[in-house]
Amino acid sequence: MGSVAELLAKRLVFGIATLWVISLLVFSAVNLLPGDLADAILGQGATPEAVAAFRAELGLDQPVASRYLNWVADILHGDLGRSLANDRPISELVAGRLANTVRLAILAAFIAIPAGVGLGILATVYRDRPFDRATTTASLIAISFPEFFTAYILVALFSVTLGWLPAVAIETRGGGWQQALREIALPALTLALAVVGYVLRMTRAAIVNVMAAPYIEMAQLKGASPLRIVTRHALPNALSPIINVVIINLAYLVVGVVVVEVVFVYPGLGQLLVDSVSKRDIPVVQACCIIFAATYVLLNLLADILSVLSNPRLRRPRQQV
Amino acid sequence: MQLWLKLMRAPLSAKLGMAIVAVNVACVVFAPWLAPFGETEIVGQSWVPGFWGADVQGAPATWLGTDHLGRDVLTRLIFGARNSIVIALVTTILSFSLGITTGLLAAAMRGWVDQILSRTVDLMMGFPTLIFALMVLAVIGSSIPAVIGVIALLDATRVFRITRAVATDIAAQDYVEVARLRGEGMGWIMRREILPNAITPLAAEFGLRFCFVFLFVATLSFIGLGVQPPAADWGSMVKENSAAISFGILMPLFPAAAIALLTVAINLIIDWTGATAGGVHDDH
Amino acid sequence: MSEDVSINRRHAMAGLGLLSAAAALPSLAKAQGPAPKRGGAMRIAIADFATSDSLDPTLAETQFSQNLQWQLRNNLVEVGPGGKLIPELAESWEGSNEARTWVFKLRRGVTFHDGKPFTASDVVHSFNIHRKEGSKSQTKPILNQITSIKAEGPHTAIFELVDGNVGFPALTSAVGLYILKEGDTDFNKGMGTGGYILEQFQPGIKAVVRRNPGYWKSGHANFDSVELICMKDATARANALITGQIDAYNAVDTRTVNLLQRSSAIRINRVKSKAHFSFPMMIDQGPFASNDVRLAMKFAIDRDDIVKRVLGGFGAPGNDHPLSSAYAFYDGTIPQRSYDPDKARFHLDKAGAANLRVQLHVSETPFTGATDAAVLFKGHAAKAGITIDVVKEPEDGYWSSVWNKRPLCTSRWSGRINEDVLFTLGYTADGTKAGWNETRLNDERLNKLVAEARKEFDEGKRRQLYGEVQRIVHGQGGSNIFAFADFLDAVSSKVTHGELSGDWMLDGCRASERWWFS
Repeated sequence: MGSVAELLAKRLVFGIATLWVISLLVFSAVNLLPGDLADAILGQGATPEAVAAFRAELGLDQPVASRYLNWVADILHGDLGRSLANDRPISELVAGRLANTVRLAILAAFIAIPAGVGLGILATVYRDRPFDRATTTASLIAISFPEFFTAYILVALFSVTLGWLPAVAIETRGGGWQQALREIALPALTLALAVVGYVLRMTRAAIVNVMAAPYIEMAQLKGASPLRIVTRHALPNALSPIINVVIINLAYLVVGVVVVEVVFVYPGLGQLLVDSVSKRDIPVVQACCIIFAATYVLLNLLADILSVLSNPRLRRPRQQV
Repeated sequence: MQLWLKLMRAPLSAKLGMAIVAVNVACVVFAPWLAPFGETEIVGQSWVPGFWGADVQGAPATWLGTDHLGRDVLTRLIFGARNSIVIALVTTILSFSLGITTGLLAAAMRGWVDQILSRTVDLMMGFPTLIFALMVLAVIGSSIPAVIGVIALLDATRVFRITRAVATDIAAQDYVEVARLRGEGMGWIMRREILPNAITPLAAEFGLRFCFVFLFVATLSFIGLGVQPPAADWGSMVKENSAAISFGILMPLFPAAAIALLTVAINLIIDWTGATAGGVHDDH
Repeated sequence: MSEDVSINRRHAMAGLGLLSAAAALPSLAKAQGPAPKRGGAMRIAIADFATSDSLDPTLAETQFSQNLQWQLRNNLVEVGPGGKLIPELAESWEGSNEARTWVFKLRRGVTFHDGKPFTASDVVHSFNIHRKEGSKSQTKPILNQITSIKAEGPHTAIFELVDGNVGFPALTSAVGLYILKEGDTDFNKGMGTGGYILEQFQPGIKAVVRRNPGYWKSGHANFDSVELICMKDATARANALITGQIDAYNAVDTRTVNLLQRSSAIRINRVKSKAHFSFPMMIDQGPFASNDVRLAMKFAIDRDDIVKRVLGGFGAPGNDHPLSSAYAFYDGTIPQRSYDPDKARFHLDKAGAANLRVQLHVSETPFTGATDAAVLFKGHAAKAGITIDVVKEPEDGYWSSVWNKRPLCTSRWSGRINEDVLFTLGYTADGTKAGWNETRLNDERLNKLVAEARKEFDEGKRRQLYGEVQRIVHGQGGSNIFAFADFLDAVSSKVTHGELSGDWMLDGCRASERWWFS
């Protein structure tokens, strides 16, 4: 277990370094994009005079390096800074949206991951039987539909026709948690449908991959039931790729949901990032990117640790090449 | 000859998959001869139902109706197969070549090679797609190769993670250790020992990534990266017409169904080849 | 109904020529029909917003912040239905000294939300925010003509202009020229004299306001509260209205209007607007330096087809000058240019530019359906032997990196307050300097005509001057103005209102104070 603690410590250091590099990259990338905040906010009416005045007011006329160093200094003081565009504290802009994003991701994952892994296991148990065929085909169809399209279909069905669930997730004041749950039900379902097929297919493939191993044959010869063979013998040896697929999808649920946010009018971080990039509001872009990058770094770390724990051979320290 | 025998012995599902793929390939190759109209030709009003629409008088002028600009949907689907399938295929192959090579390398070498590759992938996954795409756009402009490059690179990070996960497990097996002790080269071990034993999950991933590319192209088109109008692609066809579904107009279902059908077909074939070829084995 | 609007507007705008407009009726001219009813929580979804929205009046305004501003604040003058100028915080105004001096008499007994009485020094403060050195305001170019603003006593404000401008009172109704409290620079608090008081404002998400119980306009601001909700997706807006989660929304997707109208619980408000769509050509660039090439391009577009397919018929074909019939001095006698591939070929040959090949840069930023319009144009022009390569540009940064940079691109202009502002910005040498003249038109005759018309008291003469300006732009300009788009809002049938204003969507962005629940 010592190796895991060591891995954890090492990776956390790497993680912080990764975040720092990303902040640097994002900062320079957004600076390299054509136009700046003054152009973007003033839009069609960006007269040269107005742009110059606005730049001076925002400090955009200062050298790029000093603006970046100011930002780093603020961060080290625990201050995310203020939005250039409307001078609101970024922590205030981000906090509510981050909570919304996380809430939606958790609910979607809560539906999709157990369903995907569970159905994937069952599909292997009943491999090449009607159950397997039906679930794999259905899951493939589900992921072939773009999210916005799945969303429109669900809304047309559950909101417009049946009237069971709200069409858009605008917070109505005074509603309790049941109301809140009703409002994010459709967005969560849309995301779950997009993810469940992928998890199902990959779980099935990972397990099928180890089913040809001699120890499985041994178990079959011993007369173990298919369910027991899959869960007791095959699954433990297929965990690593499954964990990675689950983690990639969890990260996607946090980071890749802009479309669902737009279609369901759900104020999450994705929308904030897209808007801020288009307005070149660098401090806000930075804040969102750091959150997203941290999500990836932490989830990838989690995947690697779980992989190591799941494979006894990897647990023992090995000579480095 | 052996391949032919193998094909003949394939289960019905795999044959069905191959038939669908064959139809799609025919569309790609013979689009101008198969399509009833020109790719951008306007044949009627917007969103006129085809033969499936109940209230059309007389013989239907189009099989599947018209899109939001009044172009024939079947024609657009056939031409769209060209752009969509070619882009998806090239992109997926590129991303897999890159992802699998680096993933195997990381798993087989471990140590600092793994560290460098894995941390680079962390970095790339953490870097927002939108900014990445806009950067590419600003630097090399909007073109099909640019789209392919962007998507291939982004997808390669996911392929890398899965390859590395599968391969790391395999690389820890005894037979790989034995090969190493025998003094086999790293390339040989990767190619002959690790890759064949990781093929099933990777093939499954291929079938799914291929499908995601269709949708990704449509997503990127909103920032101006993608198939240039008025050329057709399936993902954008769904996107441009999706509003209609809320009013009970089924037109956007057709391109979506085309994507779904091809995805299912390819995965049917992959399931079959996976069943015959793949799997962890220990025969040395 | 849209016809009525334009006729009224023409009459009303004619009144602009008068040097003074008396405000005989302190209770603003109410629409005929039943008296407004109070109460209810109004929810309006707005398509155009940004997470960078703020209540700073000097910043460019989205439709969202514009609606919010007019819930919270008033101007000196308001634009009513038919383009009629309605005295708002100014009770009356009078020009003298060849329209160089303008005296505004201000309304008495008006207070800000915090109880402070409204006075002339508030007016001076509000205008100077835009005029001050180093201001980023887009309104500054328009206000540069002001040499001084003085408060004479608490209820009179006097403006001195560089040169005469008979349209000056109309300018004070512009977006951005809201009256703020003197010394107020914390704009996001939303302090104003308007009909609603700010409760919460989350940019890019929503804003909530509640009725100002002491509002000075009678019969206005009837809702107990109004919630403005940001909704980018047109289908989401439609679904939200159909399922009763909102009561109104703007910018209806033209392709779905007919489908929406099937429901009796929904009404579509269609208003003729001043907004035009165009494929501007820079007349100093490449092939477009030849007027024959420009004419060929203008003859090679099938306007009716675009109006039908892209606007769903909810608009009118343009005639290559920026005035629609919603403007007072629209010249209807200029023959409508129509699709004529043969004429286009003729002009191409004359210019020696047969087999012309040009790139048309497009994105959905200027207007929804821009790509479709460009694709249709490509098809039309092909029949005239012109090859148009449609280049899809990113929506991101379109105005800064494509528009006004590429020789042929896609553009949209919302209406301007009057002909003077429109032509000065869009078509004169001054407009080029200010960065608005997208075609680089620099016609000495036109520059002179516009300057003359600005000072001309006589309405007939002004009509003549602007008529000639329209002919010049139509004949020699680089503007390929193919359509005017109607404003389309969808409202629940529970909502009632008087005659609608056509200067912006949602009753001139003032639906919140003008509408009520029946």
